[in-house]
Amino acid sequence: MSQQDVIKSRSMLLQKEMIARNYDKITSGEVKVSSTFVPGNLNELLMCFDIANNLPEINAIQNAMRKKSGEMIMEAERSGHSEDVCTYVKADIGMMAKGNIAPNGKPFPDPDVLLLSYTGCFTFLKWFELLREQYKCPTVMLQVPYSADGQPTKNHRDYIVKQLKEEVIPTLEKISGIKFDIDRLREYLRKSAKAEDDLVWMLEQSKRKPSPIDCYFGGVYYMGPIFTAFRGTDEAITYYQMLREEIQERIDKGLGVQTPEGEMGEEKYRLVVEGPPNWTSFREFWKMFHEAGAVVVASSYTKVGGVYDYDNFRHDPDHPLESLADYCLGVYTNRNLPTRVDMLARNIKEYEADGLLINSIKSCNSFSAGQLVLMREVEKLTGKPGAFVETDLVDPRYFSAANVKNRLESYFQMIDQKRRAGGSATTLA
Amino acid sequence: MSADSVKEIVDFCQGIFEDLDFTKAREWKDAEPGRKVIGYMPVYVPREIIHAAGMLPLGILGGGADLEVIHGDAFYQSYICRIPRSTVELAITGKLDFVDGMMFPSICDVMRNLSGIWQLLFKDKYVRYFDVPQNFKDEVGGVFYANELRELKEGLEKLGGREITEEALRHSVEVYNENRQWVNKVYDYRSATPWKAPSVEVYLLMRAGMVLPPEEHTQLMKDYLAAADREDRPMRDNCRIALTGAFCEQPPLNLIKSLELSGCYIVDDDFMLVTRWLLEDVPTDGDPIENLSKAFLHHSAETAAKFEDTVEGKGSYLLETIRKRRADGVIFAAPSFCDPALLDQPMLVSRLEAHKIPYITMQYAENSGQMQPIREQSGTFADSIKLWSVA
Ligand code: SF4
Ligand code: SF4
Repeated sequence: MSQQDVIKSRSMLLQKEMIARNYDKITSGEVKVSSTFVPGNLNELLMCFDIANNLPEINAIQNAMRKKSGEMIMEAERSGHSEDVCTYVKADIGMMAKGNIAPNGKPFPDPDVLLLSYTGCFTFLKWFELLREQYKCPTVMLQVPYSADGQPTKNHRDYIVKQLKEEVIPTLEKISGIKFDIDRLREYLRKSAKAEDDLVWMLEQSKRKPSPIDCYFGGVYYMGPIFTAFRGTDEAITYYQMLREEIQERIDKGLGVQTPEGEMGEEKYRLVVEGPPNWTSFREFWKMFHEAGAVVVASSYTKVGGVYDYDNFRHDPDHPLESLADYCLGVYTNRNLPTRVDMLARNIKEYEADGLLINSIKSCNSFSAGQLVLMREVEKLTGKPGAFVETDLVDPRYFSAANVKNRLESYFQMIDQKRRAGGSATTLA
Repeated sequence: MSADSVKEIVDFCQGIFEDLDFTKAREWKDAEPGRKVIGYMPVYVPREIIHAAGMLPLGILGGGADLEVIHGDAFYQSYICRIPRSTVELAITGKLDFVDGMMFPSICDVMRNLSGIWQLLFKDKYVRYFDVPQNFKDEVGGVFYANELRELKEGLEKLGGREITEEALRHSVEVYNENRQWVNKVYDYRSATPWKAPSVEVYLLMRAGMVLPPEEHTQLMKDYLAAADREDRPMRDNCRIALTGAFCEQPPLNLIKSLELSGCYIVDDDFMLVTRWLLEDVPTDGDPIENLSKAFLHHSAETAAKFEDTVEGKGSYLLETIRKRRADGVIFAAPSFCDPALLDQPMLVSRLEAHKIPYITMQYAENSGQMQPIREQSGTFADSIKLWSVA
């Protein structure tokens, strides 16, 4: 299939249109705008106040894919930011310094509120303190306690609900001038759950052999609407239905993975991947996989904006605020390492993968600190080999194509060897 | 011990500092059957509750400059700060085998995940990631925090096989109030007469407090202050600086020495914040858990670990410290790869710039070896401050 055909995929076109429309809305000057983070975002709640949802991480990704993030990061470093810290933050701060232009070419308005959903990552807290310096706008914090014992406790849930009631909702009412209507929220949550059902169906199709989809490189597109400004909308429902039909079509035709460069060809390796992708060389990175016949059948990154398959979470209109609390508590990086190990090991078994590949991100401690142990534990539990590559999110200085390619090639060889040896349960040194 | 000289006290503390087998804590544990030791990474945990359980809170600050990290590097990539790897090294080489449980403060993602590593590697140990509120209202963050404290209390009761009574809690609150008062006295003393209480000594004295029971540590500080006062030490023409950013992974002792040798008296710092986190005495009447919770909410230091909910509030603690300690400037000393310290820094820097307070920034690792560049940097800084203040 040619590149042209890929672009013609109906769901992709729809998503492109949705994203463009959201940027137009944000930059229109006609709506109130909130900046907020992807993990644990409260899109349905913001919709109750007609507030548009702008996500700095997504802006950083957009800029990275357009090869603009490197200069932005340097700009932030010139203004006193350390080389060592999260590059999303620096890409965002550098973007401000360079005029704060949205992907549609129009300037981003200053946010009316910074909604600090402090879940999954400590850096978020500092990031919004830094943005507040610039925008001097209200910042409302929703602290989501870390699920350090593997599951949310009643105290955690109660705390979040109380913050929603006493901090977040009153602030949003004040900023928007709109009174909170819980029934409106219920309606949005009902829609979220509907889209989430199709999303989980989609995730699980990669159990098939060959897998009709790639759940990492392709997955980041599939997750787009549910992770961002569309959860709770009719558009998201339509998008996931359309995606479902497209995938079903591929299954019916016995097709494997579709890549930006066409059909992948024979599926030789099935991998589970942990960690975010590199965005500055995204296509090049993906190519290293599909050229080798490697498909990612499950990834942790597609759970970073919410985990729906592992313990069947769905937004619940009957318990609206509690359900938002559970959603926030359950995002992948808010879960402790033993739970992450369990999720990945289960993925390897259930999706019959050949092993775990970790893309360790230099500037993201939330994912990266602990990954070496995580890899060894998953190896122990599954008997399948793990491997490690190191890149960065949006800083082009830290993507070494030759190194990554070498690592991947030796990993694939290792899998081959293991297959020849009959797949005994040895672990890597 | 009150007749001891400064040298004896400092040698004693240095011995504790260098002893990576934690012999003092082991001796404490062996002195009575059934005693338990709870290790903690010392940014902030409520030591009062551990103490009230009859257990020894043991502050663990990584492996320092001298620990050879052999296994730890197989646990952490090179772009992660050093403290988790040297702490894991201590654990897997058996140096923490007598420690019955570990507490990890909520300060950053590295700490979060370190608590998970403990859960995976040391399955038979008590592990608690200790979350604190970032909402400072009594009825919101306060309720959450008091419940977390109660959960901690219950966990320790189960571990220790005995109830933690209110009376025991009140007593421990008193013990730590007193300890904090003396910590503050030492800091005040150093600030008033930094030539009489060099920072290396103060640092070692505080480090000893991570290992000794608080009662003994309090006594040690009393003895030190008395002994330091008896010493006749010359005053140098140093400038006065506040050091900030070193609240977690600690710099090598040589770095602290180098700063003073190069002409900077450290008149305040954020080493071992846990000893100074609460800014006022915790009341000893009423419900101790509630009291501890309120003290945290309303009377605690503003640090990178906390959300500051107003723009104006940001940096006010540092500015107040500078004013109170009559500091001429600030040294930002942060561990490499430390997100909280390094992300906080530009905001604090902008506050200093607005007030025309001189500063320099430096990064270190607990095992940084080369002090010459640091000495040159701080020496130049000290000279420029002196010049500037004369002009
Ligand atoms: S540290 Fe990681 S999770 Fe946190 S903001 Fe940066 S990329 Fe996101
Ligand atoms: S030194 Fe900084 S990054 Fe490392 S564990 Fe401590 S607070 Fe976290």
